[in-house]
Amino acid sequence: MSVEPRLVEVRKNVLKQNDIVARSLREKFRAAGVFVVSLVSSPGAGKTAFLEITLTVLHRHARVAALVGDLATENDAARLARSNAPVKQITTGTVCHLDASMVQKALEGWDLKQLDFLFIENVGNLVCPSSYDLGEDLRLVLLSVTEGEDKPLKYPTIFNSADVAVITKADLAGAVEFAESAARHNVQAVRPGMEIFKVSAKTGEGMVQYLEFLERSRMRSRAIPVV
Amino acid sequence: MHELSIAVSIVDLAAEEAAARGYREVHAVHLRLGPLSGVVKEALLASYEMASASTSLEGSELLIEEVPVEIFCPRCQQRRRVLSIQHLSCPECGALEGQVVQGKELEVVALEIQE
Repeated sequence: MSVEPRLVEVRKNVLKQNDIVARSLREKFRAAGVFVVSLVSSPGAGKTAFLEITLTVLHRHARVAALVGDLATENDAARLARSNAPVKQITTGTVCHLDASMVQKALEGWDLKQLDFLFIENVGNLVCPSSYDLGEDLRLVLLSVTEGEDKPLKYPTIFNSADVAVITKADLAGAVEFAESAARHNVQAVRPGMEIFKVSAKTGEGMVQYLEFLERSRMRSRAIPVV
Repeated sequence: MHELSIAVSIVDLAAEEAAARGYREVHAVHLRLGPLSGVVKEALLASYEMASASTSLEGSELLIEEVPVEIFCPRCQQRRRVLSIQHLSCPECGALEGQVVQGKELEVVALEIQE
């Protein structure tokens, strides 16, 4: 006698393992008092140059460190090390994104209490990183003026998963006839209410406003009691 | 392209859930998928066969239910389905303060099993 197959309810998040690790990281970051910022963008949007100037300026008065995800090379870590902040490379091999366990492993042996800011530079990719929570307080999505104003419409999911948008390479805006208002409009369409900064790592334009925002965000997060 | 690793997670999760309940065979896995999960349906379906090969789920089917993006608009005090994932403002009043309440799903909701 054959028995008909039947349906059994399960209801489980496929990425629950990542979410569990991300939650435990977030608790650890909170308890240590470190504010964690991750960066996502397409390859070549200027994440490393932007992060290098961020680390260099913040390092003057705050304790900063960075984790850098890259598929194969350690070039980015070497560049960031010029800021004199501690930098660790996460080489992902063929994996196109960072996940929470990679971050957890990279932080083994680090005393997070000695840090005010930790930056996590994701692999250059506007698709895959959107699915993975890394336990960060703030996710920045970078969009360079050379990429075109419609990037947010082409990759709405990553923009939606981020908290703040940063328009980079502002010094090139004129040369590439970057339509800033269209870009801002597109960001708002896919992530209504999102805060946007426009910066140039080369000239320093917009960096003060952005760094002040980071400092305010860190203060605000500290004011919220750990639950 | 991270769908293969997602497919492996689905297979692991389904195998684990089936084993915990003492079921021998899984015919199909029912998945709810939102467009804001960052996972592409076609790529996931293509990866599933590869991910399930040589596991207890070999030969099983992945059935995907796509769920639309919905926001809760604080101005209308209503749940609204958005026009597209390129337009997440309220489709009725245009408010930008809506919170996404559905559309990020990536969850196994049920297993079709043979006892």
